[in-house]
Amino acid sequence: MWIGRIGRHLAVFVLTTVIAGLLGATLMRFGPGFEADEQQLDPRLDAQSIQALRDSHSQERNLLSFYGHFLGRLASGDLGFSRSLARPVRELLSERAKVTLQLMGAGLAGGWILGLALALPAAIFRARLFDVASTAISSLFLCVPTAVLALLLFSTNGPVRFAIALLIFPKVFRYARNLLADAYTQPHVLAARARGLSGARIFFCHVMPSAAPQLLALAGVSLGVAFGATIPIEVLCDFPGIGQLAWKAALARDLPVLVSLTIVVAALTQLTNSASDLAIAACRRGRQ
Amino acid sequence: MRRMLIAFTIATTSLLAQWGGELRFCLHSDPKTFNPLMVEDEASETIRYLTGGVLIRVNRQSQELEPELATSWKISRRGQSITFQLRQGVVFSDGTPFSADDVAYTMHALMDPSLHSTTGDAFRSASGTVETQVLAADRVAIVFPAPVAGLERLFDQVPILSARSPKKEAAVLGPFVLAKYSPGMEVLLERNSYYWKTDASGRRLPYLDAIRLDIQQNRDIELMRFSRGELHLINNIDAESFSRLAQQAPSQAYDAGPSLESEMMWFNQNPNAPLPEYEKAWFRSKNFRRAVSSAINRADLCRVIYFGHAQPAAGPISPANRFWFRAQLKPHAYDPKEALAGLRQDGFHLKDGTLRDREGHPVEFSLITNSGNKARERMGAMVQQDLAAIGIKMNLVTLDFRSLIERISQNFRYEACLLGLTNYDLDPNSQMNVWLSSASNHQWYPNQPKPATTWEAEVDRLMEAQASTVVREKRKEYFDRVQEIASDEAPFIYLVNKNSLSAVSPKLQNVSPAMIRPQTYWNADSLVLGPAQLARNAR
Amino acid sequence: MKRARNVAIVVLAAVFAISLLANFFAPAPYAMQFRDFISSPASRRFWLGTDELGRDRWSRLLYGTRISLLLAPAAALLSTTMAVLIGGVAGYLGGWWDRVVLRVIDIFLSIPWLFLFLIVRALLPLNTSPLTSVIVTFTVMGLLGWASPARIIRAGAQSLRGSDLVLHARACGCPGTRLLLVHIVPNLKPVVFAQFWISIPTFILGEASLGLIGLGVAEPLPSWGNLLRELANPRAVMSNPWILAPLVVLVVVVSCFQLLLPQKEFAS
Repeated sequence: MWIGRIGRHLAVFVLTTVIAGLLGATLMRFGPGFEADEQQLDPRLDAQSIQALRDSHSQERNLLSFYGHFLGRLASGDLGFSRSLARPVRELLSERAKVTLQLMGAGLAGGWILGLALALPAAIFRARLFDVASTAISSLFLCVPTAVLALLLFSTNGPVRFAIALLIFPKVFRYARNLLADAYTQPHVLAARARGLSGARIFFCHVMPSAAPQLLALAGVSLGVAFGATIPIEVLCDFPGIGQLAWKAALARDLPVLVSLTIVVAALTQLTNSASDLAIAACRRGRQ
Repeated sequence: MRRMLIAFTIATTSLLAQWGGELRFCLHSDPKTFNPLMVEDEASETIRYLTGGVLIRVNRQSQELEPELATSWKISRRGQSITFQLRQGVVFSDGTPFSADDVAYTMHALMDPSLHSTTGDAFRSASGTVETQVLAADRVAIVFPAPVAGLERLFDQVPILSARSPKKEAAVLGPFVLAKYSPGMEVLLERNSYYWKTDASGRRLPYLDAIRLDIQQNRDIELMRFSRGELHLINNIDAESFSRLAQQAPSQAYDAGPSLESEMMWFNQNPNAPLPEYEKAWFRSKNFRRAVSSAINRADLCRVIYFGHAQPAAGPISPANRFWFRAQLKPHAYDPKEALAGLRQDGFHLKDGTLRDREGHPVEFSLITNSGNKARERMGAMVQQDLAAIGIKMNLVTLDFRSLIERISQNFRYEACLLGLTNYDLDPNSQMNVWLSSASNHQWYPNQPKPATTWEAEVDRLMEAQASTVVREKRKEYFDRVQEIASDEAPFIYLVNKNSLSAVSPKLQNVSPAMIRPQTYWNADSLVLGPAQLARNAR
Repeated sequence: MKRARNVAIVVLAAVFAISLLANFFAPAPYAMQFRDFISSPASRRFWLGTDELGRDRWSRLLYGTRISLLLAPAAALLSTTMAVLIGGVAGYLGGWWDRVVLRVIDIFLSIPWLFLFLIVRALLPLNTSPLTSVIVTFTVMGLLGWASPARIIRAGAQSLRGSDLVLHARACGCPGTRLLLVHIVPNLKPVVFAQFWISIPTFILGEASLGLIGLGVAEPLPSWGNLLRELANPRAVMSNPWILAPLVVLVVVVSCFQLLLPQKEFAS
């Protein structure tokens, strides 16, 4: 029963991921410019070479057979070969995933530290001035496009990773503040306070246990948000990560890269979506 | 003892510079290939230039040919065959000796029809096989199926591979060898200790120990790192950054004059294009094209977009190309009045500020260009305003490169296009595929079954004539005529010739930036890294 | 809090009014190039200076604001309507329908739609006027934006379906359409309204990001996105801080929208 349910969920997950991945690449296949190549404009190439250049796309022309081959190879762990970058896709992905993970990791850590650092005092002490000030700051950053933030940091030679932190922190702050404020007003916490328990003890033994599941769910959501910001940031600030790879592959109509990437993105999005569902459910349970 | 003596003389007589050191600059993408015969992108070309040894080198400064691995050469049978006398005692970077067999092997690999290499295609003037005859260990003859115009210059692009080395392409004859490649990060080239060239004092070149090429797509970061002293040069810097650098550090900014790069626009004259007939008639009219050309203020383009580091362009050959440039050709003068007068001859007229053709259709067209190129987008906006002054409404559309190429070379759904042109080669024979009416890069109407106009037929004849002539002066006569027709008929409306701009750190000595690629490091084997002040004195 | 909201309303109304009357307030047409005043600093003639082509930045800001302010709410309306239709019905019908819609939403959210903008750009007829192409861009953003609000609206509809109110109505023999129109839709109003309000700044910021990577509004038409592109040039920003003006307006406007958000919706 248990295993059956998990198995079914897993099957749906895999199926959705693959469908989304293939659909995403189909978009590029039927978009204009699929069979064009920059090299065609090179006057040194003779007619046969230009023809050969055009024919090099022929394998991908029939999407069904291309996808068939792709999925077949995927089963054995082979993601194909990128024509535009002349490298195996798997190599490209693993090497660029590192950059993106670092970018996201630093951004997420920074955003959470900043967000919690502001949310905790706001929830615990409930000083009105502090609350207004921190809300104002977080709202301000909510209003600046991340790409602009990244560009500003980048052009002033600042740490671009912080752009993601500044994107994440207002969301963490708002959610965590309300969550913690709720937790602090729960009867058992109030009782603990009345009995004179230390602040740390109340926080770790009574507040955190009730807020933790929702914060975890929020962590999942913030992962998705951070990932969504990587394409513009990496493109604008020249980070050789996954986002930039996606952009380059789209410009070069590089199908093997695009399919693999969209599958990765689809898997990630689904994970974060489930996280946000959990968050909403947890939230509702918390309120009831 | 003797070595010590040499070292002593060098130290006293030369610039007191420190030998060795690591030169550092940027590539703007990963090299697509390390196979020197397959090079097509700029990054791979850089690696090829720095590692490959060639038979003949085009000196980037004088634009004349210089013997390298071939000490002399002779062209015979009206340009159909070439015989090289090879340098002796040369070895590859792995110690394998160099001989005529290697040249034969390289040519054989290069001319393989399934290779589809840009370098190889340049040699292919007619179908048939290329034969190489090894006459002696140091003599080799190459015979082509038909005469190849400007044959000897093409060998500047052909690095000789080793026929015997187990390291294949990794065994090179150039000043540097590939030591390490970290994708997305950097390429490290190290000194080839077997490099054959020596300096005047007999010291084996190159002076540098290594060249570290950082892969950096973003030009702003590149400039920032250069200003911080992390990079020694920027090879091809855009005009905006250049003018900024020229203000901050004038001694580091080099403007070597016009480069081979130009910007131009053209109208779609393809009769099969899915455009209304009356529009095709506009684009086929010489008066219309000339009017558009003279309505564009080229001086403003140079001043506003290139900060003065560009020149109004007159024709297909830039002034950077010393021999082939036709100095008598002048850019079409900016004169909106004359433009309108020319249009009136064709029945165009202004009505309520809108230009209309004889049948009353308002003149309106779109100009496509590739997105992401800031200079081109701005140029389009300026052309838009210039044309509005003579009542033409022009829409500017930026497309990603692939979509643009599909439009201009496959479905012809466009009206006008603005693009840049880079000439890789000084010889006009490399533009054969542009000027022949039957060619695929004859952009305004490619792949014509037969020449659509008399002037295109004339251009075809002249191009064929120059290709089958050996005497350079005679060829120039033919190609001068092509340039005149191109300027007169304006199938391409040439806008500007960009200057060759580069940035060089004061630490780098012996630099003399040239107009043609690779502008700053063409003499990489004799570049020296030294203390900063010395460089300034030397300049 | 109420005072802040009033201020926000006033500011928004003022910005809106000024940008609507751009023709009246702008000293020059937005595309006019004053080629003798390239990148000039702020002056009495050019209040915010000129850009690299000598166009008056103040005029461009006015017209750009108009475009972003008019079109973002339109796109938000489009996406929210779709979200209500798809999410609301799925939540109301439940069962098999609901599961299918949820999967479709998941797939939809997983596809990198950024590529679509690339394609739409290339597919538009070349003689499309810049204004039409902006409208198309915003329409596409609206069409793509339905999925995440649909999830939330679906959740709302689902919980309503199980609520006492609806159960009661059903028990009294209320027919399906009437149930949907009279009992469910009106009760969904707060959620829908919140979603609409949230998506306006999302679309504004979205257009700005698209503009930054060159997929936004076509030249010479200004929008916040392509005005912000000037920020890519750090030294110019330092020597001429007026380049930041569009960013300031953007932040102010989006902040006002944020202030007007229904307070409970902090979770999304």
